[in-house]
Amino acid sequence: MNQVAELPPTTATRAVRLTQRLFVRMGVLPFLLLVAVIVFTAISDHFLSTQNLINVVRQSVYLTIVSLAQMLALLTGGFDLSVGTIVALTSVVGAAAMAAVSAASPDSVWLAITLGCLAGIVAGTLVGVTNGVGVAVFNVSPFMMTLGIASVGFGIALYMTGGVPVYGMPPEFGRVFGFGRVAGVPVPVIVAILIAALTWVLVNRTALGRYFYAVGGNVKAAHLSGISTRWTLFITYTLCGLLSAVCGMLLTARLETGEANIGASMPLESIAACVIGGVSLRGGVGRVGNVVLGALFIGLVQNGMNLAKIESYLQTVVLGSLLILAVIADQLRLRLIASMRD
Amino acid sequence: MQPQSTNSVADPVLALVECREIVKQYPGVLALDHVDFQLRGGEVHVLFGENGAGKSTLISLLAGAQEPTSGQILVRGEPVQLGSVHRARQLGISAVFQEFSLVPQLTVEENLFLGAEPRRRGFLDAKALRREAKAILARLGFALDPAQTVQHLPRAEQQMVEIAKAFRTQPSVLILDEPTASLTQSEAEQLFALIKVITAQGVGVIYITHRMSEIRRVGDRVTVLRDGHVVATLDAKATSDSRLVELMTGRVITEIYPVVPHAPKETVLEVDHLTSVSSSVRGASINVRAGEIVGIAGLIGSGKSELARTCFGLERTSSGTVRLCGEDVTGLSSQAMLRKGFFYLPPDRREEGLMTMRSCRENIALSAIARKPIRRGPFLSVDQEQELVRRLIDRVNLQPARPERDVGHFSGGNQQKVLLAKSLAHPVRLFVFDEPTVGVDVATRAAIYRFIAELCAEGAAILLISSDLPEVLHMSHRLYVMYRGRIQAEFSGDDISEQNVLSYFFEREAA
Repeated sequence: MNQVAELPPTTATRAVRLTQRLFVRMGVLPFLLLVAVIVFTAISDHFLSTQNLINVVRQSVYLTIVSLAQMLALLTGGFDLSVGTIVALTSVVGAAAMAAVSAASPDSVWLAITLGCLAGIVAGTLVGVTNGVGVAVFNVSPFMMTLGIASVGFGIALYMTGGVPVYGMPPEFGRVFGFGRVAGVPVPVIVAILIAALTWVLVNRTALGRYFYAVGGNVKAAHLSGISTRWTLFITYTLCGLLSAVCGMLLTARLETGEANIGASMPLESIAACVIGGVSLRGGVGRVGNVVLGALFIGLVQNGMNLAKIESYLQTVVLGSLLILAVIADQLRLRLIASMRD
Repeated sequence: MQPQSTNSVADPVLALVECREIVKQYPGVLALDHVDFQLRGGEVHVLFGENGAGKSTLISLLAGAQEPTSGQILVRGEPVQLGSVHRARQLGISAVFQEFSLVPQLTVEENLFLGAEPRRRGFLDAKALRREAKAILARLGFALDPAQTVQHLPRAEQQMVEIAKAFRTQPSVLILDEPTASLTQSEAEQLFALIKVITAQGVGVIYITHRMSEIRRVGDRVTVLRDGHVVATLDAKATSDSRLVELMTGRVITEIYPVVPHAPKETVLEVDHLTSVSSSVRGASINVRAGEIVGIAGLIGSGKSELARTCFGLERTSSGTVRLCGEDVTGLSSQAMLRKGFFYLPPDRREEGLMTMRSCRENIALSAIARKPIRRGPFLSVDQEQELVRRLIDRVNLQPARPERDVGHFSGGNQQKVLLAKSLAHPVRLFVFDEPTVGVDVATRAAIYRFIAELCAEGAAILLISSDLPEVLHMSHRLYVMYRGRIQAEFSGDDISEQNVLSYFFEREAA
């Protein structure tokens, strides 16, 4: 079988083959990363400085968490367009609750913070539960369900605030969860690392995690293997809501206000991070580590474009193009894999 | 007829299609190694070989779906570049692949003329479409309703649409890739008759099959491929089965059906007057005991698969009872059935059986990870999982034994082995195998039969559902025959013969 009729390989063909293999294994990400680093280093001297790279990591925290949430939905073969709404609603509800408790008893700062966070995260998770019920129980397609819920949730968040930011949270909240450091590491980064680690354990070391892949890989096979596909889907969207909600509270701490307008770019950016990180839109394929790298990559590009003084309107053009480029690369990769089959 | 010097299609000496020194190199795999192949006008040339021997690659080159790495393809003596399927069609080469190229939401006639719709003044001509579709179906003798939507047709009828589609353009070379895999006996007979008609008109047919009886039945010549090489090209009528298998595998396989001692013990499955909501099963009663293999034969659409699916909870029951080891389990979910030791192996491994983009390990262990010893508290024990998978891969003799490889990268026979391994991942008392050998080569087929025999000898109850008549005839201790959702007959021991069984396949007069 393996008798390969080979001419002595030249260095060039060997390089091509190595590139192909790397592409098949890792996807488009290493190549994009290389291009981005070269381009931005050429444009700005500051780009590769330690200070700037730490900045990139800190700014990418929020997208990383939402991308991990998005990955769960993508693994099961769906997606969640309401992650941005969940972030916004969490922020508004959390901030309002925190401000209310803080006003009622100004001395118990940590009670206000705890209750506020709880309220926000419960609100965000409930949105996820609603998505889960729609997709798992009523068989609404994830696209319609999460698109509809995105509108519903955004409307509620705007209605609650009248479009005005929510003030009145205790300053300690922002000081600790937005700007705080433990052993020199920013608190949001620590939270993100924790969430990434937990997600890794969930998808790689628990039965539930394996079922995400199974449901996305072949729903009928999963059903015939005795897996409750409904329950799995329900949990997927609930967890997606929970993780997005945690991100919502962290972002609220950073901004020190509750805002209904944050998170609008989250659905696109999180899906882009996942796809660039090699998560299949058809479900069943994706790794936590690569998704984190995908989110960091998008943070890196945004940072680089800021340094290069590219206008923010043009930045969205670049991000959209990157997403499409990643999907095209994924198709090419599938074709390459297919040609390697025996 | 034309004189010999001109390039006529009907000229028996000049090849219709010829391959010279064809090489097809995939990264890491040499799929075809200097293959020479000739198809004459008016002959049926069978390609025979194990899965992965290069048959599919060869026909995909001829159909224009891929290009050879080196070598030459000649059509009627002229060297050609078959860059695309479209170009191949222009040259008169039409292929019917195993994977369907039908649009499920469109009707039969719309599919037949997809891309070549009859038109009148720029608009679709529905009348002409219907007329021409009917003409094609009538010529082929296929009893299909042209207005029927394809997705609602059973697989066999979809296959018929696929074949009809290839005949639309009146090809001079027709490639058929396992055309009878999902056809019933009578439908296959129709196809054979059709092949006779078109070969008489000078059309050359390349025919891939795993069924040896078909080689002699329809073939004129047979080319045996092994590991990308042409082993031999022989007279199909004069070559024995054992010789073909020997050439194909490079070794001697004495008997593909093992002898299974019949030692029935307690009744495991007892189905009493079961009727499904969709009426695909009507008042069926069967029983299966431990230590025996019970077969169900019948046409496609006779309800034999649906009977098992209804028992397993995949279709809803309207009346009747299903008992598993004495316990009433009527209407339970398939999850509950699995937990009670009822395993159902689906007929379509890609559709219902496997996650093709996941590893062999994850596929095999999928139904076992919810329980000890793999599940430890909230976590999975990777060691235990790997241990289990290694043992099962060994048991089904998967070659190459690479548990981390994506299942989609394995050949059809190996995928079926992975599916079998899956059935052993948790305790099972009743195995239902629904078409366990569709699209697998002879060597794998023999391995699967040995596997089933071993299970039976270990005391499992086995229900074998198959459209492959020799398979159920040879393997079953007892055999039920179904027709239109009902059990027509039951045979056991020496009464199980082709003649006895076939007479119950069809509607019986005054029955």
